Amino acid sequence: MSSHSHEDHHGELGHIVPFAIYRNVLIGLLVLTVITVWVAKAPSMDFGNLNIAIAMVIASVKASIVALYFMHLKFEDKTTWLYAFFPIMLLVLMMGLIFLDNPFRRADQPVEVNDPLAEQLQQI
Amino acid sequence: MTSVAQTIPGEPPHPHHWTPTNAYHGAKLGMWLFLATEILLFSVLFTAFALYRWAYLGEFHDASLNLDWKLGALNTAVLILSSFTAALAVDAAQRGNNKRVKHLLLFTVMCGGIFLVVKYFEYSHKYHIGLFPGVECPVVEAGALHGSEGHGGGADVAEGGHHLEYCWPKDTSGLSEGQREMLVSSKYKMYFGLYYCMTGLHALHVIIGMLLLSWVCFHASRNRFSEKYYTPVELGALYWHLVDLIWIYLFPLLYLVD
Repeated sequence: MSSHSHEDHHGELGHIVPFAIYRNVLIGLLVLTVITVWVAKAPSMDFGNLNIAIAMVIASVKASIVALYFMHLKFEDKTTWLYAFFPIMLLVLMMGLIFLDNPFRRADQPVEVNDPLAEQLQQI
Repeated sequence: MTSVAQTIPGEPPHPHHWTPTNAYHGAKLGMWLFLATEILLFSVLFTAFALYRWAYLGEFHDASLNLDWKLGALNTAVLILSSFTAALAVDAAQRGNNKRVKHLLLFTVMCGGIFLVVKYFEYSHKYHIGLFPGVECPVVEAGALHGSEGHGGGADVAEGGHHLEYCWPKDTSGLSEGQREMLVSSKYKMYFGLYYCMTGLHALHVIIGMLLLSWVCFHASRNRFSEKYYTPVELGALYWHLVDLIWIYLFPLLYLVD
């Protein structure tokens, strides 16, 4: 496996990322966190079932800038990208198929677990 | 010929069949492979959470109200900041500045400590209101131990000898019948089973990350690293970024989504 192509900043092993990028990513992450909380908590931003999807999308944006810049993925070679993306592909496959299949598995009677304390607690 | 055991400050170790450059790239690749397994580990728990949330939407909504989103947001900010300093530590190592590496890693580990302290407060609050695994503890009545037939475990409830008790939010008077019913349901407790699994496993990773980074920090204090060799710093930072990544997903899912 050949070494990476970025040889600037006299980094013979790794690409040295300018401080400004780290700083901007930090600010971006904190801002996105504020946005996440605002979108979730503000009464005017209630999208019902979409809330969880929006929260996950924002979280994915944060995760990708952490991976790309803090973890240097943007400056890594193709093999590393493959290793990093492989679990994502597996994830998409697993979660995607499960979420497609799960709605068709709902039993007519919901499964009631035998809760030994249920009767006792009726008296509380 | 230097053996592997000899470490010269600033110089990479010299296993026989690798060049230092190849060793560095190989190590990084190995770390990414490991991170891939960690991502898969947590994604299984996320999937389980998604399925049970879909099945028990009402109970999960009510259960999530027990979590304080402000503490969660604080923890998110702490971890993001620690990720920033970990990345800066790698940068310092690339420039051969061991002292800066040491300081930045110390700060990162300290942020991890703050995270765990906040987690402690969250967990202890839940403990006080009776929301923890194994809250149904057998309470043995005095003198009953010799008389009762040993069935072991919580199987026998009303039999003489011992009964099970919930330590419960003491004051349930303000709740409606339906709400009280919901509180005792297994569906409600399912939320906390998943909550403790996911945050507990994550906290374990925080502890492991802190130990790893402390070990790297120790080596930095011995001027181990240089422009030619900083692999442990980078690998430790990668692990820490993963810890941050997982929390970035955990926080909205558990604390914010109602």
